[in-house]
Amino acid sequence: MNSFSRSQWGAGGLALLIGLFLFVFLIVPVVKVVYVAFQDPNTGALTLINFVDFFNTSLFRESFLNSIYVAGGAVLLASLISIPLAYFTTRFNFGGAVLIQTLGIVPLIMPPFVGAVAMLLLFGENGSVNLLIDEWFGFTIPFMEGLNGVILVEAIHYFPFILINLSAALLNIDSAMEESAQNLGASGTRLFRRIVFPLAMPGYVAGASLVFLKVFDDLGTPLLLNINNMLAPQAYLRISSIGISDPMGYVISVILVVFSLFSLWVSFLALKNKDYATVQKGGGGLMKRDLRPWEKIGCYAVIILILLMVLSPHIGLALLSFGTVWSYSVLPDAYTFVHYGNVFRTATQYISNTLLYAGLAALIDVVLGTAIAYIVWRTGLIGRKWLDYIAMGAVAVPGVVLGIGYLRTFVEFNVPIIDKPLSSWWVIIVIALVIRRLPYALRACMAGLQQVSIMLEEAAENLGATKTRTVRRIVVPLMSGGIMAGFIISFATASVELSATIMLVSAESDAPLAYGIYEFMQSAAGRGPGAALGIVAVLIVGIATYISHRVIKRREKELAPGVAVAAQGV
Amino acid sequence: MTDIRPEAVGVTIEDVSLSFGTTQVLKGVSLTIEPGEFFTFLGPSGSGKSTLLRAIAGFGPVPGGSILIGGDDVTHLAPWHRNVGMVFQSYALWPHMTVRKNVAFGLEERKIPARDIRGRVDAALGLIGLLDLADRRPSQLSGGQQQRVALARTIVVEPRVLLLDEPLSNLDANLRIQMRREILELQRKLKLTTIFVTHDQEEANTTSDRIALLNDGVIQQVGSPMELYDNPANRFVADFLGTANLIDGRVEKGQDKITFQADDGTLIPLNGTGVEAGPGTAMFRPQDLTIRNPGEDADDGAVLPGRVQHREFLGSLIRYAIRVGDNVILVDDSHQAGRPVFDVGDDVALRLAVDQVRILAG
Repeated sequence: MNSFSRSQWGAGGLALLIGLFLFVFLIVPVVKVVYVAFQDPNTGALTLINFVDFFNTSLFRESFLNSIYVAGGAVLLASLISIPLAYFTTRFNFGGAVLIQTLGIVPLIMPPFVGAVAMLLLFGENGSVNLLIDEWFGFTIPFMEGLNGVILVEAIHYFPFILINLSAALLNIDSAMEESAQNLGASGTRLFRRIVFPLAMPGYVAGASLVFLKVFDDLGTPLLLNINNMLAPQAYLRISSIGISDPMGYVISVILVVFSLFSLWVSFLALKNKDYATVQKGGGGLMKRDLRPWEKIGCYAVIILILLMVLSPHIGLALLSFGTVWSYSVLPDAYTFVHYGNVFRTATQYISNTLLYAGLAALIDVVLGTAIAYIVWRTGLIGRKWLDYIAMGAVAVPGVVLGIGYLRTFVEFNVPIIDKPLSSWWVIIVIALVIRRLPYALRACMAGLQQVSIMLEEAAENLGATKTRTVRRIVVPLMSGGIMAGFIISFATASVELSATIMLVSAESDAPLAYGIYEFMQSAAGRGPGAALGIVAVLIVGIATYISHRVIKRREKELAPGVAVAAQGV
Repeated sequence: MTDIRPEAVGVTIEDVSLSFGTTQVLKGVSLTIEPGEFFTFLGPSGSGKSTLLRAIAGFGPVPGGSILIGGDDVTHLAPWHRNVGMVFQSYALWPHMTVRKNVAFGLEERKIPARDIRGRVDAALGLIGLLDLADRRPSQLSGGQQQRVALARTIVVEPRVLLLDEPLSNLDANLRIQMRREILELQRKLKLTTIFVTHDQEEANTTSDRIALLNDGVIQQVGSPMELYDNPANRFVADFLGTANLIDGRVEKGQDKITFQADDGTLIPLNGTGVEAGPGTAMFRPQDLTIRNPGEDADDGAVLPGRVQHREFLGSLIRYAIRVGDNVILVDDSHQAGRPVFDVGDDVALRLAVDQVRILAG
């Protein structure tokens, strides 16, 4: 056997192993969930009876409509926040652009449920804002009343998805697109309506459908706001209170998956065949104009208002973590470090578990991501694209569904030495995180590999390096920026994951941060320490995000000195 | 089919200056473009040619000086009120509209009744031969087809002036030649005043009635392609258009004859009239010289002795680099099978056709 086909065999073996892993931990659990949803709980025969039951129960019908209402409302509110911001930065020469870019990142460094309780204290019926409004104007606004609260918290958390996609779409419009319309007689609002808006639409739809998907699937926020009549909380409550044999949890899971697929399909349709990245040689972005002084004041006012709203969960959480008693008052009565002391005395296992789980998961993710990226782009293996599709398919699987699938599938599988079911061993949490975050890591690794010209590899092989050594000495070092970015994105998001892990935590000692925060926040007395733990989570994610930002920027500079020069020359 | 036949107008550019920040891109440019003319702004990148074109269309910073189209001052007019048609380098076809929609856009903006729009769009698409692709999206067209649609979209509104910003640069070589012929044919048919921007001298020479050669924000020379080639105004023009031998020295006027004395002492007799004595640069093209064995062809006038330093075979001709004194002179010798070829190191005699020598002001 010659060495060329040996390297093919190596890649084939690797692909098979990865495929097996994805099959066991992604496909089997999801198929199991779907199968159970269509199975008669008593006879085991295939039936639609569970779905009939579901829609005949008024609580489930209400939950279903509530979930759609909340996801739609969150998309609407997130659009109201992000459209003006995107418009300001891409149309005007405006110093506030830096502020807006910061706005785009800040919410993402805190999981939505962490800020939920803080938002209650700021915007709730007896929260700071309503106390002030009541005192000054004599009425209150039900910001956090029931489903409103979920919509507000989710919109504030997820609007960056729309902001980022819409801004990118607007920035990708070549100025010649606009100039040619002006040249043919269009101007003002007609120009915007006929050229700019349609060209930016795919970006907006892609962002909006992502927000819909995320909100529809979210479990933590409604749980913490004590809103149970939505789909994800119902699935969790059925499974955790009635048990894993109750079919309703599975029916809800199927509905969640269907809606996830639907959102992804809408986003795919929006972007398909509409490669509107129209910037060409000599082009570059829309024309920007200077603002008149009063316009500038208006812009800043809008941005500062939005900034305050976006930062309110962080501000509220910080106040809560340092406050002694905070109830029926605008601000806490006094300030103390006692909650932090409390957390570091009694709850360090949450922090160390999180670092272990998220670190392990991110590491496995980038190894898998690098391997899949290489197999897809650099080998001719039959069916290699399927690895990519399946791994990316994890995006469509809500955390609750994966959690339920693991419980049901692996409860019968006993891990030999420790002698308990795989579904209650801490390793299953890591695996769940690996699957959940693999799409992010894979995208980053793919992007990293695409930047490596195949000629660089051929040069190494020409000088005598084998496939394996080429990968180790040329490919991996060159794509290290993408790998690093993938690691940190996976780590940061995995460290605050709640929806899958909440199902899989079987012992307090195995629980990660997000679970700890959830536990603390259940009681009024636990809110202070819970908030302190939340601040720790924000710091972990924030630092990781900052590092990844720095790493990516530095790699860009190192690998592409010519690009920066060329950009200055334009 | 309705004919698209706008009335030709001239363009006058008076003392236009324009800066991006502190960089002055155009420095007091003045030009008159005649009605119906095919006029080219030629120059290297960064010469200001595109900036000048965009200023005529109303894009970019408002220039100092003034721009008149058909006698109307448009300097401060918004782009959408100028009625000048511009074809962009990237074509700028809107990807969310069909070909028909793209072409109809300008007519719709002009509030033309819908029933007239259809006929005029069909006419314009017919003119460029793409009527059967009217319902395609731009992304489904080839580069050449996109180029034609961009042209149709512009001429359908019957602009007073047609502006073409490097329209051929995104096409491959064969298509480029075909498209430039088509554009010229269309321009002749429509009698439309056209301004064409390019950095490619072949494109400029083959299409233009007149060329303005720009460098560094200043017009170097205006004239027909042949005028510019035969009588360049300065070193830059001589060098930019074709290959030129440029030798520094001074013109000496004797009793009965005028000679050019190069800085290294080489003497070139001139038969020119109207040449002033004083420092200057002698310019002649490689094809103005013939190459011979030394002493072979005794001649009265300009025989320059030299030695072959380098030789390039270019197919139809051989280009020699000959050291003459301190200068290296390029000589083109037409090639046929069996004709004698000189080797590097050979001593040769160059005969210069003295009536072709131009003296450029030093």
